[in-house]
Amino acid sequence: MTLLGIAVVIIGFVLRFNPLLVVVVAGIVTGVAGNLPFDKILTIFGEAFVKNRYLSLFILTLPVIGLLERNGLKEQAQELIGKIKVATTGRVLILYLFIREVAAAIGLTALGGHAQMVRPLIAPMAEAAAENKHGALPEDTRNKIKAFAASADNVGVFFGEDIFIAFGAVLLMKGFFEQNGIILEPLHIALWGIPTAIAAFIIHGVRLYLLDRKIAQEVENHHSSHSKVKGDAAL
Amino acid sequence: MIISLTYIYYIAGIFVALIALLAMKDKGNSKRILTGAFWGIYAVSFLFGTAIPPMYVGILVIVMAIIAGFGGVGMGKHKEATGEQRMAQSKKLGNWLFMPALLIPIITVYGTLGLKDVKLGGLDLFDKANVTLVSLGVACVIALLATMVLTKEKGMQPIKESRRLIDAIGWAAVLPQMLATLGALFAAAGVGQVVSDLVSAAIPVDNRFLVVFAYTVGMALFTMVMGNAFAAFPVMTAGVGLPLIVKLHGGDPAILSAIGMFSGYCGTLMTPMAANYNIVPAALLDLPDKNGVIKAQVPTALMLLTVNVFLMYFLVF
Repeated sequence: MTLLGIAVVIIGFVLRFNPLLVVVVAGIVTGVAGNLPFDKILTIFGEAFVKNRYLSLFILTLPVIGLLERNGLKEQAQELIGKIKVATTGRVLILYLFIREVAAAIGLTALGGHAQMVRPLIAPMAEAAAENKHGALPEDTRNKIKAFAASADNVGVFFGEDIFIAFGAVLLMKGFFEQNGIILEPLHIALWGIPTAIAAFIIHGVRLYLLDRKIAQEVENHHSSHSKVKGDAAL
Repeated sequence: MIISLTYIYYIAGIFVALIALLAMKDKGNSKRILTGAFWGIYAVSFLFGTAIPPMYVGILVIVMAIIAGFGGVGMGKHKEATGEQRMAQSKKLGNWLFMPALLIPIITVYGTLGLKDVKLGGLDLFDKANVTLVSLGVACVIALLATMVLTKEKGMQPIKESRRLIDAIGWAAVLPQMLATLGALFAAAGVGQVVSDLVSAAIPVDNRFLVVFAYTVGMALFTMVMGNAFAAFPVMTAGVGLPLIVKLHGGDPAILSAIGMFSGYCGTLMTPMAANYNIVPAALLDLPDKNGVIKAQVPTALMLLTVNVFLMYFLVF
């Protein structure tokens, strides 16, 4: 019965109800199924919401980013990438993936982020690199490039940060085993993360490398389907 | 300490309160009252979150969800700069435009590493327990001042521009926090224990490969449900990893932890429940498909999860 909340989440997301509503309903269902009194459920809602306010602090970057965008930040990022002739979408994103992962591995998880880096700088650069090669991009291709820019940030930070011994996750693992009477060296945990970290870079790097070809293909298909339409119209 | 996380929350609260005021006054938004109320309540949670009894905060949180759930959070009207204006400004300011944007990560990192132990008059300058978050807050304020000097924009303009961005993100801005409340309720109701019981009941425990498979894939699946590998790790490791892999088959707990947690991260890449990594960025980048970022990540996550299953199988014993 306690799993009812999970079912609510899955059904809610599949049926595309508003996620905030789905989550609140799932929370209430879970609490009721777990025999928690209603005022206790409300209290947990309030406590957890306030305790996790830090998750939303990225909004503080918005005034800076918004103002810079109004003054041509994206245009300048595109201008800069235009000057680097060897830049392609894949290469820009592989470089960012690499920097993000290595920086996270030495504890610099703050170098990067979707609001600070991806929206104002990385995504426009990745788009501009493709535009320089192919001209105007189809809307789907443009969105795919943006999504991959965000993915490079996520993959980089996730699989870099656990290599850093003082990172919260490493300390969480150490703490868990300590409670169960097993003493672990944080350095050990960090070291055994390295094979996966390398695999993550290779797998996502190859996919970013292949993205360049995919973009070329999509642009070509778009053009040929367009000229076909025009040709038909001419007939 | 001189600068604590509470002050950063106050700044965020005032900021969101101004957004709420602008939203209330925006005649171009047919739902301006509800939109303003949504952001207004959010501002209250930043400003008075710890002063109001948690039960009442809980009620406010549910009111926010109801406003958003029935489409009450609308888009405002914004006076955007035209393409020509932006082009002209970018020509004029050139690469200086990057300076404030890069100030945010640079000051955050400098504050985290360099100012961690700095004292002023016997008091810590930054809140030590939350030094990265405090540094981020300070970095944003300094970067904002630098931007205003650079662009000569004044007064409410930064808030107006923020409202343009926050309207694009909409209710998704609050989703990460809302999911954290669900995680807390799952924990209070004992959902984790039930899931790990189910998993350990379903696998043949003497087959090493299947045990490893159940643990790694279970970490990924449970993380997808919870939206957070940190929540999945203690549950799955107590239920499957520790009793079966470490105790029964003599696996190495350090290797188990490292690869197990990374298997959880593969789940994070594939779930809308990890809203701050997957859904908020899709909104920030104006993607029409809110799952666009997840779709870009799923192949990487599945391949990497496969790699993890075999890495753990060959390394842990």
